[in-house]
Amino acid sequence: MKPFAYTRVTNQQAALQAIVQDNTKFLAGGTNLIDLMKDNVEQPARLVDINRLELTQIVDQNGGLRLGALAKNSDTANHQLVRERYPLITQAILAGASPQLRNAATNGGNLMQRTRCYYFYDVAMPCNKRQPGSGCGALEGFSRIHAIFGASQQCIATHPSDMCVALAALDAVVRVEGPQGARTIPFADFHRLPGDTPQIDTNLKRDELITAIDLPASATRFSAHSYYLKVRDRASYAFALVSVAAGLEISNGTIREARVAMGGVAHKPWRATRAEQALNGQRADEATFHRAAEAAMQGAQGTEHNRFKIELGRRAIVRALTIAANNGRSV
Amino acid sequence: MNQALRPAIGKPVERVDGRLKVTGGARYAAEFKVANVAHGVLVMSTIANGSIRSIDTKAALSAPGVIEVLTHQNAPRVRFPQRPQTMDDYVAPVFGRSLPVLQDNTIYFNGQPIAVVVAETLEQAEHAATLVRVVYDERPPATRLESEIARAFPPQEGLMKESPTDRPADVVRGDPQALSKAEVVIDETYTIPIETHNPMELLSTIAQWTDGKLTVHDKTQWVANTQGYLALVFGIPESDVHVISPFVGGAFGSSLRPWAHPVVAAMAARAVRRPVKLVVARNQMFTSHGHRPYTVQRVALGAGRDGRLTAIVHEGTAQTSLYEENTESLVNATRILYASPNCITKYRLVRGNIQTPLYMRGPGESSGVFALDSAIDELAYKLKIDPLEMRVRNHATSDPSNGLPWSSKSLLECYRRGAEIFGWSRRKLEPRSMRDGRYLIGLGMATATYPTLRMPASARARIFNDGTAVVQSSASDMGPGTWTTMKIVGAEALAMDLSRVRSELGDSSLPKGSVHGGSGTTASVGSAVHEACLAVQAKLLALATIDQRSPLNGANAQQVTAENGRFFLKSDSSRGETYAEILRRNNMESIDVTVDSTPGDEEKKFSMHAFGAHFVEVRVDAELGSVRIMRVVSGIGAGRIMNEKTALSQITGGVVGGIGMALLEETVMDHRMGRIVNASLGEYHVPVNADIPALEAFFVEEHDDHVNPIGAKGIGEVSYVGTAAAVANAVFHATGKRIRQLPITLDKLL
Repeated sequence: MKPFAYTRVTNQQAALQAIVQDNTKFLAGGTNLIDLMKDNVEQPARLVDINRLELTQIVDQNGGLRLGALAKNSDTANHQLVRERYPLITQAILAGASPQLRNAATNGGNLMQRTRCYYFYDVAMPCNKRQPGSGCGALEGFSRIHAIFGASQQCIATHPSDMCVALAALDAVVRVEGPQGARTIPFADFHRLPGDTPQIDTNLKRDELITAIDLPASATRFSAHSYYLKVRDRASYAFALVSVAAGLEISNGTIREARVAMGGVAHKPWRATRAEQALNGQRADEATFHRAAEAAMQGAQGTEHNRFKIELGRRAIVRALTIAANNGRSV
Repeated sequence: MNQALRPAIGKPVERVDGRLKVTGGARYAAEFKVANVAHGVLVMSTIANGSIRSIDTKAALSAPGVIEVLTHQNAPRVRFPQRPQTMDDYVAPVFGRSLPVLQDNTIYFNGQPIAVVVAETLEQAEHAATLVRVVYDERPPATRLESEIARAFPPQEGLMKESPTDRPADVVRGDPQALSKAEVVIDETYTIPIETHNPMELLSTIAQWTDGKLTVHDKTQWVANTQGYLALVFGIPESDVHVISPFVGGAFGSSLRPWAHPVVAAMAARAVRRPVKLVVARNQMFTSHGHRPYTVQRVALGAGRDGRLTAIVHEGTAQTSLYEENTESLVNATRILYASPNCITKYRLVRGNIQTPLYMRGPGESSGVFALDSAIDELAYKLKIDPLEMRVRNHATSDPSNGLPWSSKSLLECYRRGAEIFGWSRRKLEPRSMRDGRYLIGLGMATATYPTLRMPASARARIFNDGTAVVQSSASDMGPGTWTTMKIVGAEALAMDLSRVRSELGDSSLPKGSVHGGSGTTASVGSAVHEACLAVQAKLLALATIDQRSPLNGANAQQVTAENGRFFLKSDSSRGETYAEILRRNNMESIDVTVDSTPGDEEKKFSMHAFGAHFVEVRVDAELGSVRIMRVVSGIGAGRIMNEKTALSQITGGVVGGIGMALLEETVMDHRMGRIVNASLGEYHVPVNADIPALEAFFVEEHDDHVNPIGAKGIGEVSYVGTAAAVANAVFHATGKRIRQLPITLDKLL
């Protein structure tokens, strides 16, 4: 680890002032950043500890919820209102990491997680995300955990978060604070595809601070019929090979509105809009779910090692929708 | 004196080190406080093949806190002799030479130590290690076994007239053409990837020189090996090397050899004239010790329609490094496990730009039996014979390889009881025939076996005049409970209460223990402890019987027995006295005997192996392919079980390892760079608690008077062997898909 300066701030203004210095990063739970620093993948000159900021609240917001950026993942998952209104969020958070990590990790930090690509983590390997211009090690290397949607010749990494897949499905909004004041970023626009700049994961500006994540009241309509399915190599403490966040609004057996997002398949939480279109207005039955799964996987491109995700993704979508339609209970 | 042995399975004894371990009181190698210690951090190569053109340490040397940077250009010269002319490392391959660490500029594999940075603090050393700049002359690496298989060769060791390990020779039994004459044939190839031990404790050494003598706190499975190795490498007498290793935080074979790091730590300590602590980082662990080698195995079986084997062909090819010929007993179990009159086994090596492999729990047998018992299962399906019945029909009543009787064998009882407990009879014969909703249910089983090893070992037993005793040996305890077992063996042989006897292990100043591996510690060190205890007891009794002041005066040893630390006449228990009384009367604080215990000629008269059976139930998600282990029942016959409580833990621990082998474990190599891509515990998957159901295990009692004085066969490996095959067989039963390439990840079942 490279030596770094550490400062702790106790108000937002101080945080925003501190972050403008070169090569400075915010430190929240640190569950990913510190690991990356130990592996010399991240080498910030300065860390600004924001854990003392008053951003830990989870409060009602016109029938929706505002999740404080510094609320712990475990507190968020187990919050009564989150469980009632957005069980998809609870399931997604609890599918990730381990209890110890969830106790330390924050909601804002969850959004800022970096990829788990093997080549990104090893400074002896080429990686355009870590070192632009060095090449993508995974493209023709070992790519079992890599993207099948939206990848570029520069990068085929995936975003590792479970929580973010559910946030994407529910049209969450990210609230940020910067030198020019506050702004909001729709969740779909928060993370980026790699394109030619895989080193930039998000559209958060480097002098901005995430303060909260808003879950709209309108998304509570999926609470009765939602499910987060995570398919992974072992029962716990593994990243998703494929995950699906499914939310359905069903009346009289017909899907009024559907939400489907996938994890483990792209550089960002992947909203399966084609699947949603195939579901909206249709009967909530297996045939519909299969059509939605087919639609979702259109355009997927696999490598030698991750081609299986295309078929797995199809089946996972059918499964997640089937369980969601069954009031979130396994069938 | 004639001590009757306790019944095979005694009453449960708590681990003596349990409290120490959960409270942090058990000190591991890197945890010893050594004054003025400096911290070393290794720098590893980032290419797999070639040489170092230049190595620039200026930036590292000028970083804060840095004391020294050693590379091949300035490290002390040491000696790594060629084997087999000079054995420097008793666990090393018979042919080759240890990695000549920091002695020249050659790069043999990616992740090879090429420098060590020594600094005041760990953090300073870690940072400075990133500042060492290396320019290489690179050649293309060769790390894929299949690409090099045309260059496979028979290990030199197998060509020796008398191989010291009896492993790698080609063996033909019976008719070499038997396969082509068989009524039914199965002929398949099985592949097992590199697996890495990944113990909890990292490789660690604290090295300290005092007046030319070297003291090391080291994580090792063989204190005597580390001692002898360092003495030879540094050219000093063994008596000038003191190795301290009281506890080992898991190893699974990874610390059988000393490897490079204690040498580097000692070099660094000599160079900076201070104690140096060197802890190998987790990602460096993947190439700092060996691994279960990548293997490709062909197994061909011929049988009659009745399922009786008429031919076995097992050809195994394993990877080794450029500089050592690592051999394993990959095909050996095949020679003894089933009664076939005809059997051909061959073993070949392929060199690659990798670290030398090393035994990982159940070495050889775990890989070999995965292939053999998968093939047996395939043959059973082909013949429509119940897989368990298939194995029973081919049960070997004597060792098929040499005709010797077994010293003891209860495999049939393991099958029978295991099947009963497991409920094998509910199993339907057809694959993909059992379902629970969307889940496919599969029931599979496999045979387990491991040879019983006994190695020379020394131990001391000492009885004190306060009525306590201690048994001592330099052997390590990596977790199975050797501290506890030696105490039990000692208390029993001394006829003393368990609470009055303690054990001391893991220090080279104690009598030389054997390797803590190959499931041989209890058999070897335990036998030495047993013999030492009987000897010291006899010596003590002799003090009494010749002494007119003793109530036992004039008695001969046959007339005397002992209980609870007291000798007395068999004919009159009131005539006797305690051990302590004898010592105190003679003004002796204690009495001790050290024995060197060696195996006899039992190996020439009996074939000695532990056997067992694993029964596994899996649930496979029919659409998503994920495999869940629902139940495992393991029955083991392994001679006398010293302490069922710790022994059962060892069996279920081995089963967990076998489940990892079956479903998860794979060290992935990017062959373009010859570099491991998943060198972390995040991406190298071992089972987590949520993957493991309640595991059931039982022992079949065996009274074996032939294996060794205490009748124990060893259980560490046999528990692992066969587990992966049983899982793969259960997955086939569930899905109808035969996975011959481990691990069985869900993508292979879609």
